Amino acid sequence: MNFSSSSQPLIALRGVRKSFGAVEVLRGIDIDIRKGEVVAIIGPSGSGKSTILRTINGLTPINEGVITVGEIRVNDPKVDKVKLRHRVGMVFQQYNLFPHKTVLENVAMAPIQVLKQPRPQVEERARKLLGEMRLPDKASSYPGELSGGQQQRVAIARALCMEPEVILFDEVTAALDPEMVKEVLSAVRKVAEDGMTCILVTHEMGFAREAADHIYFTDKGVIVEHAPPADFFARASDPRTKEFLSKVL
Amino acid sequence: MGDLNLFGRLLEWMPFLLKGFGLNILMSVLAITIGTTVGTFLGLGQLSSLRIVGWPSRLATQLFRNAPWLVLLFYCIFLMPYQVSIGGSVIVLPSWLRATIGFSFPVAANFSEIVRGAVNSVPRGQWEAAEALGYRRSATLFRIILPQCITRMIPPWMNLYALLLTATPLSVIVGVEEALGRTQAAVQAMSDSRMLIPIYLSLLAMFFIYTWPINRLSLMLERRFRTK
Repeated sequence: MNFSSSSQPLIALRGVRKSFGAVEVLRGIDIDIRKGEVVAIIGPSGSGKSTILRTINGLTPINEGVITVGEIRVNDPKVDKVKLRHRVGMVFQQYNLFPHKTVLENVAMAPIQVLKQPRPQVEERARKLLGEMRLPDKASSYPGELSGGQQQRVAIARALCMEPEVILFDEVTAALDPEMVKEVLSAVRKVAEDGMTCILVTHEMGFAREAADHIYFTDKGVIVEHAPPADFFARASDPRTKEFLSKVL
Repeated sequence: MGDLNLFGRLLEWMPFLLKGFGLNILMSVLAITIGTTVGTFLGLGQLSSLRIVGWPSRLATQLFRNAPWLVLLFYCIFLMPYQVSIGGSVIVLPSWLRATIGFSFPVAANFSEIVRGAVNSVPRGQWEAAEALGYRRSATLFRIILPQCITRMIPPWMNLYALLLTATPLSVIVGVEEALGRTQAAVQAMSDSRMLIPIYLSLLAMFFIYTWPINRLSLMLERRFRTK
């Protein structure tokens, strides 16, 4: 066992800055996330939450600062993208399943085509994951035939099938009808309870409070404060946090 | 009795006219084949992030899309050589073949736009999801984006073909003996003004009978793909 690695953060952001044109959306972000932790990033819309998430797997390149995932330096221009995306999975607000592929193909295609793993092995894993997502009989359906909640659970299975070390959840319930939010949240919770490192951007305060180990509050491109949920929701110190919480709780 | 006589004479000339129409079909099939092939490359070229590929592709597309077909036809007829010699053997390029190449330019440019439009109509989230799964840009395009585009491209492609076929009589101006040219020749040979309307009507009917089902099919496919 390697004890030193457990104290090292799996993911570290140091002084991360990002501008879109003249608008600076991230103005010096520092975050440490350890293996197995569940971290929720909350904050008003336009505060840069989703951008933080997208910088971690390199979808959004940064202007300044350092991001590391394990030994991978994400902001290195010569970074091995396949290796990075193997380790960091992502689930999107709009599911983004591939409509021309069956559910099983959606889940299995990237490990087969990108990671070059043998098909039978991947498909077996994909079926098992679909079972865990309570969609065992949907393998040969097309995404268009599923409800939003079911599609999002397929998207979670697709992320898991890459066998990542961390999964980024980008407002995964924001596009869902209310009655489907719960089934997706319980799927996310299951992933977290199985020991996956999870970073969630969410508006579901109740879920953040219950499921997260740590909460980061962002506003206008900076992290205003961060704390374990019990402290965060009971004793937020910054006036911006208090104002936000008074609006959403 | 006179009417029957007119009809009989029309039938007599029919094989001659239909043979001309065969040339319209041949030209249109060849031009759509060349145009689709070249247009695919132009369309993908337009989407390239490489400036050296993207810029010329966009220029060519805009140039040939916005030029009158007839002008492009004249260019090909008068600027292309009448014959080419490849390795000692001389190949004569008949005017119908040069006209076909002339039609291929606007078809390629229009198809280039169909490809670009179809690729751009795929939501950005598809690119992002593929990127997050480790797909490179080219692999995303060929494995994920284009397969979704093909169904979207078929209806406008069929419309383009119908448009092309109805444009092929333009080649009569540069001396190609297609259906319109042969109709004119038949009218002159018969030198009977009563034949004028029936013979031109039958010419119209040929184009309509051939093109109309294509348009219906394209409309049907469009509806089918939209609801999916």
